[in-house]
Amino acid sequence: MASDVTKMRGTVAIVGVAESDELGRLPHKSSLQLHMEATHNALADAGLKKSDIDAVFTSGRNTANDVPEYLGIRPRFIGGTQVGGCSFILHVEHAMAAINAGLCEVALITHGESGYSRIAMPAPRWGDDSTNNQFELPYGTSGPATGYGMLATRHMHEFGTTSEQLAEVAVATRKWAAMNPQAFMRDPISIDDVLSSRLIAWPFHLLDCCLVTDAGGAVIVTSAERARDLRKQPVYVLGTGECATHQMVSQMPSFNRWDAAVVSGARAFRMAGVRHADIDVAQFYDAFTIVPMLALEALGFCKPGESGPFVAGQRTAPGGDFPMNTNGGGLSYTHTGMYGVFTIIEAARQLRNECGPRQVTDAAVAICHGTGGVWSAAATLIVSTDR
Amino acid sequence: MADAYTGPIPKPTPETKPFWDAAKQHKLLIQHCGDCTQHYFYPRPLCPHCLSRNVTWVEASGRGRLHTFVINHRPPRNFPLPAPFIIGIVELDEGARILTNIVGIEPEPSKVHCDMPVEVVFKDITPEITLPHFQPLTR
Repeated sequence: MASDVTKMRGTVAIVGVAESDELGRLPHKSSLQLHMEATHNALADAGLKKSDIDAVFTSGRNTANDVPEYLGIRPRFIGGTQVGGCSFILHVEHAMAAINAGLCEVALITHGESGYSRIAMPAPRWGDDSTNNQFELPYGTSGPATGYGMLATRHMHEFGTTSEQLAEVAVATRKWAAMNPQAFMRDPISIDDVLSSRLIAWPFHLLDCCLVTDAGGAVIVTSAERARDLRKQPVYVLGTGECATHQMVSQMPSFNRWDAAVVSGARAFRMAGVRHADIDVAQFYDAFTIVPMLALEALGFCKPGESGPFVAGQRTAPGGDFPMNTNGGGLSYTHTGMYGVFTIIEAARQLRNECGPRQVTDAAVAICHGTGGVWSAAATLIVSTDR
Repeated sequence: MADAYTGPIPKPTPETKPFWDAAKQHKLLIQHCGDCTQHYFYPRPLCPHCLSRNVTWVEASGRGRLHTFVINHRPPRNFPLPAPFIIGIVELDEGARILTNIVGIEPEPSKVHCDMPVEVVFKDITPEITLPHFQPLTR
């Protein structure tokens, strides 16, 4: 029997969002401190106290053990699902399920990462006998760029996608960043600037790649009922989806589309009951310029292979008809290593009309979507101020 | 060996040891499922397609096509190949895919193409470990 995913639509809301006190290069702060600042600020945003939190969700180098300890919280529901940077987006789905099951009422989803300064970052997990270290690392894979590029190359081969089209995303995203005082890189760039920046892993140039920064971000989710009495306008969760397909990039099912995102997006839209035309603003994890392009295809905003023409002509920039990554994204605002939580923060702020010069007019429905690992996992979240 | 190898050296596990032992003999072993008849890589004692345990080691033809690739300009520290170098995913004629280095061709986007035919060559990196690399098909 197929389960009815629409039952949970609108049952919970995002009621508090915040970053750490500062973002960027912060050698004077540990990753755990960044968690704490973001949590403190998100509670203030929601008008809630620490004692209200009864569930903690986190991911990354810090775990659901050390984060609650540092914060002095004893969660009754613990979420530590770790599938890479989108983990925090799928934590919203898990929090929704737990709240609906009556296991908790106020869920904290927290991220903190000293991604650049590496302060108090526990060691990486892979040993020499891991599958990664046996079958990929010996070939000189270095960080995510080599893995993400595999899909970019095949996409260019099959669909004629160009480096110029990839660069459109970087240029458009920088224009949004110029309007966000918290963004790390705010000076305008041109398509030529992207193409003439040094090669990292062809087909990616430096400006096709996200930043590496230090930051924290936190989101508080509670029942729609409790959300009504809180400080800010509730941002209701209409639809969620998640999927994971592989860990090593060589095991990816296909290299011309993003299979995990096809699955996560389909469920999110089915649950939300909204059409693509209803989406006013999109926050798509942009680890590399190709990533939000493949999200556009996988989620059905354009046909397979057509994301290059879709993003051409600065369509995703301020003034374009598809506002995307309005905070400046991982490419220009902040990217700690696990960007997912920041998509939720910006979506909530857009829907609450808090974005000042970068505010998308009359934004009522937003979509967040993220990647984890090397296209390994995907999570989708559709939110709205209307239930 | 004159100099110690400076790159990452795989450490075999019980289920991958037959692959590494064969690579040392310059043979490329993959696995074949007796139930769903598909080949697969990396080594596992159960078929990832149908979860059958009815799997056997077979020697691959060593030929395939370069499914996709990147040209890495920022190698890991002490990586022995000079940058830029090619990391490719080869789809073997048997259907399994393997991540590898593509050697014997200039690391230039205009020279390397998706779907180009390639064949295995073996690179002894330590007395115990040999890495399968691939080069453009010569035969």
